[in-house]
Amino acid sequence: MSASATLERLPAGEPPLESSGISVLNPPSTPQASKISIAAHAANNPRGRNFRLHWFGLLAIAAWGALGAITLAWPNRPAGFEDWVYTAEFGIAALAVAALWVFFTISASISGPAGFLQRANGLFRHGAPWIVASALLLMLWEILTAKTGRLPPPFFAPPSSLIDVYISDYARLADSTYNSIKLLLEGVAWGAAAGFTIGVSIGWSRTVNYWVHPVLRFLGPLPPTALLPIAFFFFPSSHAASVFLIALATGFPVAILSWSGVANVNKAYYDVARTMGASEWFLIFRVAVPAALPQVFVGLFMGFGASFVVLIVAEMMGVKSGLGWYLTWAQGYAAYVNMYGALIVMTIIFSSLISLLFAVRDRVLIWQKGIVKW
Amino acid sequence: MVSAAARKPLPEENAENAAAHTASRIRVEQVSHGFDTPAGRLEVLENVDLDVAPGEFVALLGPSGCGKSTLLRLVAGLEAASTGAVSQDGMPIARPDPSRIVVFQDPTLFPWRTVWDNVALGLQARGILKQEKGRVDAALRKVGLEGFAKAYPHQLSGGMAQRAALARALVNNPRLLILDEPLGKLDSLTRLEMQGELVSLWQKNGFSVLLVTHDVEEALFLAQRVVIFSPRPAKIITGIAIDRPYPRHRDDPVLTGLRHEVLNQLGLGKSW
Repeated sequence: MSASATLERLPAGEPPLESSGISVLNPPSTPQASKISIAAHAANNPRGRNFRLHWFGLLAIAAWGALGAITLAWPNRPAGFEDWVYTAEFGIAALAVAALWVFFTISASISGPAGFLQRANGLFRHGAPWIVASALLLMLWEILTAKTGRLPPPFFAPPSSLIDVYISDYARLADSTYNSIKLLLEGVAWGAAAGFTIGVSIGWSRTVNYWVHPVLRFLGPLPPTALLPIAFFFFPSSHAASVFLIALATGFPVAILSWSGVANVNKAYYDVARTMGASEWFLIFRVAVPAALPQVFVGLFMGFGASFVVLIVAEMMGVKSGLGWYLTWAQGYAAYVNMYGALIVMTIIFSSLISLLFAVRDRVLIWQKGIVKW
Repeated sequence: MVSAAARKPLPEENAENAAAHTASRIRVEQVSHGFDTPAGRLEVLENVDLDVAPGEFVALLGPSGCGKSTLLRLVAGLEAASTGAVSQDGMPIARPDPSRIVVFQDPTLFPWRTVWDNVALGLQARGILKQEKGRVDAALRKVGLEGFAKAYPHQLSGGMAQRAALARALVNNPRLLILDEPLGKLDSLTRLEMQGELVSLWQKNGFSVLLVTHDVEEALFLAQRVVIFSPRPAKIITGIAIDRPYPRHRDDPVLTGLRHEVLNQLGLGKSW
């Protein structure tokens, strides 16, 4: 009794809870889990089996099943042109996903040995509310567009029709994505390098500070997009102009924050290094720069955000490929479904890049682990 | 009681000792120093004369903010004296040098470096880390931190961080250790423990020590000579030799008597 009471108070979604059943035969990975599970096993479960229905799993099955059923059974509202494509495929796919949740719900309800499956079950338990919510959102989307036409075509399109974009316009979209990433990274790399160098120089040298700081303060706040027409005029190619503007957008926050990082280094660090015979070079690259790096990363995050804006605007205005260009191109042909398709790709790319930067930050600033909470 | 072997030789005996090669003589002659502030010139030191024999342990005592720490910065070479001369073994001190290492009140460990990398700082700065790696481990062993080489400073307690700072100083084999209230921020139990460790590190390594402290008992427990400063601008009021063997005992009646005398000199005789 007491053992099960303890178990009930464990947070839901903790693997030890469900893996308790046959853990005597297959020791679970963590010692903590083994202690709990053996006690629970002895108290409640002499046969070594343990079934606890994962209710949210049932909800996930129901939601995705309903999405599939509605998509297939409810006829699309005639939209004045040929019917939306891939409606049946979307419905079948939703049912297939529901079937997958059947498997995971059963698997997550029966406790089993720790291992890959248990980890997958843990993920499923953790993500189940989102799985349910996403099915409901897709359902609402499908009903408002294809089924009832409350959001009218051609400006709105059902999720099922997005499949068409990715299949029929795959090549152009992939090419645009590739060119966007290439242009973005080129600009960000130049901007980050220049911003970092300028920021550290301003923070370190009085002379550089005297000359560069006012320029930075004066020109920095100007939105790079305002320079777009001039840049296209001055630079030999629209590509070079875009790289310059993206670099500008990235460089400004990186420079400001690198500078503030270097300027705010604890002066005692320099004293310590100097008494130990450190050279000027050592003071800059082994003291000032590492101490400023957390600030530099804040600047990089801000710079990245600004660079996305400039990238898309530059591509909309002048560059003849890329996701921004794709948006205007789709708009020109009234191909609104393609626009949604491109927006989704954009979201995925940009959020992945930010996640990548977080991963790099966590690696480089591993010493902050336990101090910094963002 | 005190065994003869544990007794630290006096500076005079030290001259013939091997320690003489590892310890510096520091001379501060007629040094005055001040700062220009928005409110005008601020005189901090006035005609200070101080002589530290090789291997000697000297404590500087004085009221808060009187300029003792400024004197340490001059000896370290972090600042140049306005007037007067500061020299090490007869050579004028013009810039910081690894033979004179400062340990500050704050450990000032670099938070982005592990304890090992922090201790390695001086060797790395001089470009000899690759050949001399063993010295880092030896320094960590001296302060009992060999198990924490891979830890980051924020994972250490105050006492451990200050030990790491000591190791970072010792790795340079300094001939003068400059201690600027190194135990000032530690809790009282850790402070007592570290005082004992400071004495034994000094005895084993034979360097000269210049210690600034606010703690009269600490000065009497550690130093061979206590130099007392007046309020700012700091002048030397007097020097008191503490001719007691090591390890010392806090209830030694001679030290208790000296404590009264020191407090008197500081104008605090009545508080005792």
